[in-house]
Parts: sequence; structure tokens; C-alpha cells
Amino acid sequence: MDLSYGPEYDDYRKQVQSFLAANWPLTGADAELGLREQAVVFRKRAIAAGYLGRNIPKAYGGSEQPLDVLQAQILREEFTNVRAPMEQPGIGTMMLVPTLLERGEEWMKEKWVESSILGETLWCQGYSEPGSGSDLASLQTRGELVGDEWVINGQKIWTSSAHNADFMFALIRTEPDAGKHAGISYLLIDMKQPGIEVRPLKMMSGAADFNEVFFDDVRTPKDWIVGKRGEGWTVSRTTLKHERNSIGNAAQVKLQFDALVRLAKETGRIHDPGVQQTLGEIEGYVLAHQYTGYRQLSADTHGKSVGIVQMMNKLHSTNIGHQFAAAALEFIGDDSLLSAGTRLAGRAPHDHSAWVGQYMWSLGVAVAGGTANIQRNVIAERGLGLPRDAAADRSASK
Amino acid sequence: MNFELSEEQELLQETVRGFFESECPVTRLREIYDNDEPFDASLWKGLVELGLAGIAIPEQYGGAGLAALDLAVVAETLGFCAAPGPFLGHSLAGFAIATGGSDAQKEKWLPRLASGDALGTVAFGESAGWQPENWTLDAAGGALSGGKQAVLFGAEADVIVVGTANGGLAVVESGAGVSAEAVDNSDRTRRLADLTFDKAPCEILAGDAASRTRDLGLVLLAADAFGGATRLVEMSVEYAKTREQFGVTIGHFQALKHQLANMALDVEPSRALYWYAAHALDEVPDEAERTAAVAKAHISDRFMQVGRDAVEAHGGYGFTWECEVQVWFKRAMFDRAYLGSPSTHRTRAAQLAGWDAA
Repeated sequence: MDLSYGPEYDDYRKQVQSFLAANWPLTGADAELGLREQAVVFRKRAIAAGYLGRNIPKAYGGSEQPLDVLQAQILREEFTNVRAPMEQPGIGTMMLVPTLLERGEEWMKEKWVESSILGETLWCQGYSEPGSGSDLASLQTRGELVGDEWVINGQKIWTSSAHNADFMFALIRTEPDAGKHAGISYLLIDMKQPGIEVRPLKMMSGAADFNEVFFDDVRTPKDWIVGKRGEGWTVSRTTLKHERNSIGNAAQVKLQFDALVRLAKETGRIHDPGVQQTLGEIEGYVLAHQYTGYRQLSADTHGKSVGIVQMMNKLHSTNIGHQFAAAALEFIGDDSLLSAGTRLAGRAPHDHSAWVGQYMWSLGVAVAGGTANIQRNVIAERGLGLPRDAAADRSASK
Repeated sequence: MNFELSEEQELLQETVRGFFESECPVTRLREIYDNDEPFDASLWKGLVELGLAGIAIPEQYGGAGLAALDLAVVAETLGFCAAPGPFLGHSLAGFAIATGGSDAQKEKWLPRLASGDALGTVAFGESAGWQPENWTLDAAGGALSGGKQAVLFGAEADVIVVGTANGGLAVVESGAGVSAEAVDNSDRTRRLADLTFDKAPCEILAGDAASRTRDLGLVLLAADAFGGATRLVEMSVEYAKTREQFGVTIGHFQALKHQLANMALDVEPSRALYWYAAHALDEVPDEAERTAAVAKAHISDRFMQVGRDAVEAHGGYGFTWECEVQVWFKRAMFDRAYLGSPSTHRTRAAQLAGWDAA
């Protein structure tokens, strides 16, 4: 075993550091721009230097670098250290861009890939519906081809950032007579048009990051479809392959644990032997998660698979998040009576109500992007080779 | 960047596993379990022939000169196989002498340990605890007196590395001044004895060998626990694929599937934790002591929990002597308690991190 990155990577890290020192934060007139515009200016420079847009062809505005897991990791570390923006975060960069690159038409790649990673174009994802959560393929929002346009009616839910988004990529039932999965198409929809109504969905914490989106004769051009009619389900699955955040997530978990230990110190609870045991129990999971991240990074570097543990990232970090939140609630004592995010001057030197928000948000994380129970199905069926769920099997074969 | 086992390490694991599959299948394991004879000399002889008696002993003394991680991957496989025998105590005795022995002491004992001519063990347990700061035995003047608890194959060992007052180590040969009383311990694959020393002739080892030997012991127990826990998950999954109720295998039921998924989720990520803890012993000295403590606490707890879950997953059968789960369940109880409980090591880890300071 060798956990160092090696001398050629040390050089690479120095290059990245000096690039960042020269380019972030912006200076002069650029520093007067709005935050979003500043990020665009910086990203263009970082793409030109080969640091962003690495897996995107130059023809579509990327920097087209050879796959190098360690370089990517160094970039994540160094950009994070100085809080420099990476590719526009969120669903457009993570899900839509890879889907377009793999399944999109030429004109779509030219029109949207570069502007999406720069953050000039913002996307939201229209998948879930009120009646279609874990059983997503039962979705009912209809699209009917009328002349040269799709006319869309129905409702989506849990749509993050719908109020800011320029466009939505959505799963729409366009072939009502075809089977459950075969009746779905992957359509792109302009969010700035009449007929679209976005209603914020207030969460139990009081914040509103999600929305409901209602479609009333919403229109989109006939050729704004990725894949053929009825291929929407498979098109949406191609994107799942691109979801990888093992190591970034592991570093995040470690930072949160450090914050929890600081909280125990600030509140004086650290001196309680029971609290030390609680932190020690949680730390076991945190270190297991962190070193599993190393293992995954190493396997990715050498083109190997780590097996079943790859399916466990999300659920393992979700469980850790629950433990953080429960411990924090105990540490903050009566401040747990506060609303999430309340700030009362002079009440405490630290803003403990943020931990209340974290306690509630840890529940949302368990559901977002596939519920914990669905993750357990995946581990049991694909990882352990147990029989497939009978109901899911029946509906898939329809 | 390389955080994977080498081909040699993977081969080592395959070799050891193959040996136990042919020489100690479950039928043989059950005989040992029901047998009053505590020590299976033929199995140990087989492991010695594979070179396992001297993995981490330097080559100049007849060992293979490998690292802590190599010992740990063997320990994982032994845990997976619920291997009966003295590997843990023997390896720790060799490591202690290689770490703290003078040239003459190494020359005297290491070749005999590496060749398997002598069986080694460590005697760390006292009623006050397992850690060097808990030890009380007096070895002044080369004569050792006092009692030690729960010594692995203490009645059979020839060379005993004993923890003494102020965190010292002394080497004693069985014979004059050493008496052993067998302990009826629940893990019948790793038998224990209480030892009493009465002015037993001893030689003192130097340096910080005691805490480093303890740390290696914690990592080997963590590795053993990981191997045992993976075996329990595997057994429970196999049972769910074969046992039928309501006309289908019980693995069809989502309640059980989720329980099995949770068991795997609890265990599998800790593989990398024991790897790192073993790696740190040789390569990251600043983190070694604390990571060993966290790994032992975490993984032995996981093994114990998964042992309880595995009993449940096997239904009423899981609670019987006949069901194999009990063999690993009792290994879990051993791994959890031996060299100190999870809470002991979490308290140590908290102190080592300075959490309680100021």
C-alpha cells in the first residue's frame, strides 16, 4: 500500500495551486460582477487551463482531458480549499450533461453542454410525481404531439431549484398505449413560458428548496426529445452510471464529524464519558467510510471494482448523518427547542439552531435520490444475490 | 496511490483459506468444538508448514520478514474460517521479541518461534485490565512473580511474553515457576488459561515493545472480527436462499432482505478500516496507536452485532448448538473482550485525541 499520490502528482498540485492563486478570487473589474457572473468568468479560465470540464469534448466547450482519478481528486481538494467554483453544481452538470453527451443530438450538445457547466443555463429535473415515488415508472404526466409541438399536462413534485431553472429535463408519458416503462419519453422543456406554475414546497424545517411544478398545456418543440419516443426510461438510466461521489463524500463526512467534536467541546459536553463513547462509536463509522473512500479512489485509478461496498456509499453516509444529528441534538440541550435556523443574539456564542436544521435535514437526505429502503433492496438483490422483489418484477415485465 | 491488497497478499489469503477448507471443514471444526482436547497439534503443524508461524519475524531469524498488514490479512482469513489455534498469541510473542529484544534475545527465541519448534503467547490480562498501564507484575532481579488472566493457549505455550509493572515486558519459558490452570472459555477455537508465576526466571525486553505489541494485537483482532463478520453475513444470506416458508425461500421477504442488507452494510465498509490500521502500524506511526484502538472497538462491535443478527436470521435453529452460527458468535465474544472492551479503547482514543483536554 502507498497512500501518497507520487511526485508527478505533487507537481500537478503545485500547478493547480499557482493557477488558483492567480485567478481566484477575481480582481479588478471582474470582482465587481455579480456572484454568478464571476463564477462564469472563472470557469472559462479554468476550462482553458484544463482544470474544469475535463470529461467534456473541446467541441462542446470542455477541456477534454485524459481520465485521471487522482488529478480529479487533487482539483477537488485544491478548489475546495480556496472555495473556488467548480463546474456549476447541481442536476444540470451531474445528470443532464452526461446524458446529452451519450444520447443527445449534435445540436443539443452544441446548444446546452457548455452553458450548463458554466452555469449560464440552469436546469431542474422533472421525474417524481405525487403518485410516483419509488415506483417512478408509474408516472402519469402526459405529452401529446400536436403538429410540431408536444403539449404537456400534469404535475411533478420534489423539483429542486425549479424556481430558478431555465429548463427542465423530464420523464413524460407520451405513448399511453405502450407498456409502463416503454410509454415514457425524455423531453426538454423551457421553464419560462405560460402554463408552467412553480409552487414552493415548504419543508418541516421551514425552508423551501423543493417545488411542485404544474403543467397546463405547456409546449415544447417536437425535436426536444433525447432518444426516441418511448426510450425515456432507458435514457434516464444511462445517467445513473455517471453518479459517483465516493471520495468527495468521504471528505465531507470527516469535516462534519470534526464539527460535531467541536460542538461537544463548545458545549462542554465532551467531558461526559458517555459523550466520549458516543463520539467514539460514530468515529468508527466515519473512519470506515473515509478509508473506504480511499479504497474506491485507488480502485478507480486502476480500473478495478470494489464490489458490494460501491452500492453502500449513500446508505452508509446517510446512517452516519443520522448519528451526527442525534448526537448534536443531545449536545445542544435546550437549544433543540428552537426553530431550525433561528438566530438569537446573545443567547449563545454559537448558532446551535443550525443543528436543529441538520437534524431535520438528515431525514430528507435519507429519501432524496432513492429512499434508504430502496438502497437496501439494491444491496440485497444486486449485492447479496437475494431474490428480486416480486411486485417490482411483475410491474417491470408489463 | 495504491490502497489495495497486493497479489501476494491475496494469494496468501487464498492459500490459508484453501488449507482450512481441506483440513478443517465444518465437520472437523465441530469435532474440535465437542472435543475436550484443547489444542489441535496437527492443524497448527499445517499452518507452520505454510510459513505462518514466522510471517512478521525478520528473515535473518528464519521468518518471512513481512509487515503488519500481511499478518492482518491472514488474521482476516482465520477469522473467516473460525480457525482453531494459537496464531494470535504466537504472532504477538514473536513481534514483541523482534521489537524489544536484544540481538542475543532475538537469536535465542525468534528462530524457534519462526520454525514452530516453540509455541509462543503473550500474557497481558490482569484483573485491573489489559493495557500496559494496568500491569502490576514484578520482574525485578530476573525473577517474575504474580498472576495473569486469560492467556491464549497459556497451558501449551513454551515461550510466554508477560506484561509487567510500568508497562514492561518479560520473556518466560514454561517450566520451573510457571503453573497454568485452564479456563472454561466459550470460544473453543481459542482456549485460555490463567497463569501463575512464582519466581520464574525471566529476561526483560527493552523499549516501547509493550504498547506496540498491544496495538498489533488490536489490529489482528479487528481483522479477525472482520473476517468472522463477513462469514456470518454470508451464512445468513445462504440460509435465506435455501430455507423455505409459505412456499418460497425466505430470502424473498423484504423484511429479511433489509435485515441482511443492514448486516452487510454494517460490516463491509470496515474492511478498509482494518487495512488502514494495519498499514499505519508500519507506515504512519503518528496515527498507529489511535487507529488501532478505533478499529478494534468498531469492528469487534460490528462482529458482535452481526452475530446477534445472524442468530435471528437463522430462526430457532440459530439458537442451537448444532447451528454453526454459535462458533462465530463465540469468536465475536472473544474478539470483543480480548485485550480490552470496545468502551476501553474508545476512552483511550478520546484521550489520545485530546478531546478531554481543557
